[in-house]
Amino acid sequence: MKLNERSLAFYATCDSPADNSGFLYKRGERHTAYHRRWFVLKGNMLFYFEERDSREPVGVIVLEGCNVELCDSAENFAFAIRFGGSKSRTYVLAAESQAAMESWVKSLSRASFDYMRLVVRELEKQLQEMSRGLPGGCGGSQDAAGPWKPKPSGLEQCRERLPALPAVLPKENGCAVWNNVPGAEERPPDTSGCGGHDEDEEGAPRPPPLPPRRRVSNGSGTARAGAAVAQSPSTFCRLHEQYSREVARLRQDWQQKRRGSQP
Amino acid sequence: MRYNERELLSLARQPAEKAAEIRMSVPKKGSVLKKRLVKLVVNFLFYFRTDEAEVGIGPLAGVWEQQQLCQDLPGAFSLSLAGFIEEPERKYCFECATEEQCQEWVEALRRASYEFLRRSLIFYRNEIQKMTGKDPLEQYGISEEARFQLGAHRQ
Repeated sequence: MKLNERSLAFYATCDSPADNSGFLYKRGERHTAYHRRWFVLKGNMLFYFEERDSREPVGVIVLEGCNVELCDSAENFAFAIRFGGSKSRTYVLAAESQAAMESWVKSLSRASFDYMRLVVRELEKQLQEMSRGLPGGCGGSQDAAGPWKPKPSGLEQCRERLPALPAVLPKENGCAVWNNVPGAEERPPDTSGCGGHDEDEEGAPRPPPLPPRRRVSNGSGTARAGAAVAQSPSTFCRLHEQYSREVARLRQDWQQKRRGSQP
Repeated sequence: MRYNERELLSLARQPAEKAAEIRMSVPKKGSVLKKRLVKLVVNFLFYFRTDEAEVGIGPLAGVWEQQQLCQDLPGAFSLSLAGFIEEPERKYCFECATEEQCQEWVEALRRASYEFLRRSLIFYRNEIQKMTGKDPLEQYGISEEARFQLGAHRQ
């Protein structure tokens, strides 16, 4: 298998921030001697260099599908990166202190793309469930051309920053982008502001249109709303009113902050 | 550079986010477009020769954030190698059957970056925190990790 080595070496040595770095002892494959190497973790790739200022890495360990565990070794503070296959090699590494070992074990065991994707999906689900629980809004969808999940909701919706509620949960990690560089917002212009309003039920400023399922019948939307399930139409209306005011206020705060941070 | 080839091969055989036979060329002088089975698995792009069983795979090392991904002509897109953005001939070029297929690939590749995932995670974390006042990463024990802090990563 050919690997894009120059590209990898560039990635390893460029100034993009590392998720962890430091000296570790690496046990040789055939011989059990340990060699001190400079390790750099970026994303799901663990590079190792002969020296801290070496121009390119000696090697890289791709961390998908691995287990990181402590191991018994004559060497102190040793841990292992183990892969699933029968013929797979186990990488035995040793840190220089208990703290360093713990830090590495933690960061390596959570480095995989798979793990990150799981966490993102989980958070995305949580956010969607919370949005559903607020009858007043959050039915926004995003333009397919933007950095948002390109899930066509099929309806003209208010383009809020809150993620859309797709009818089918996404199979892939289609996620929103948040530029976390302070002071700069890298969002495309089409996700700012609202596309339009169909209904103005609550009387709160800039009320969002109701999501599709709620247009069909009065109670169907609240069936999944968890905490917002209403016992009677009047309770529902009251909760509806209450939540929508809160959401509208949050959204305003949010947009003000955004406007304030734009250059 | 040494790498864990066995694991990469195993990764290449896993279910892909996207897979298709596309015509592509590699960054080499005189390289022509050839039909290859292209597979996107996590943040790695593999390609296989279609007449042989999984031989000659070349991952693009999933460093999209360092690479230029651009749509050239309609139905075609290219990936410039990290570090070689100045050199236009150092590109992987892909020609899709339809414009729609091309756009799907560009979108899938854009979202296949680790950095994209990280930014998404930070975004959702922030949103949930704003709504609930609680940090959703605490349950995972990763709230203190530097890589998830706002403003921690610049591109």
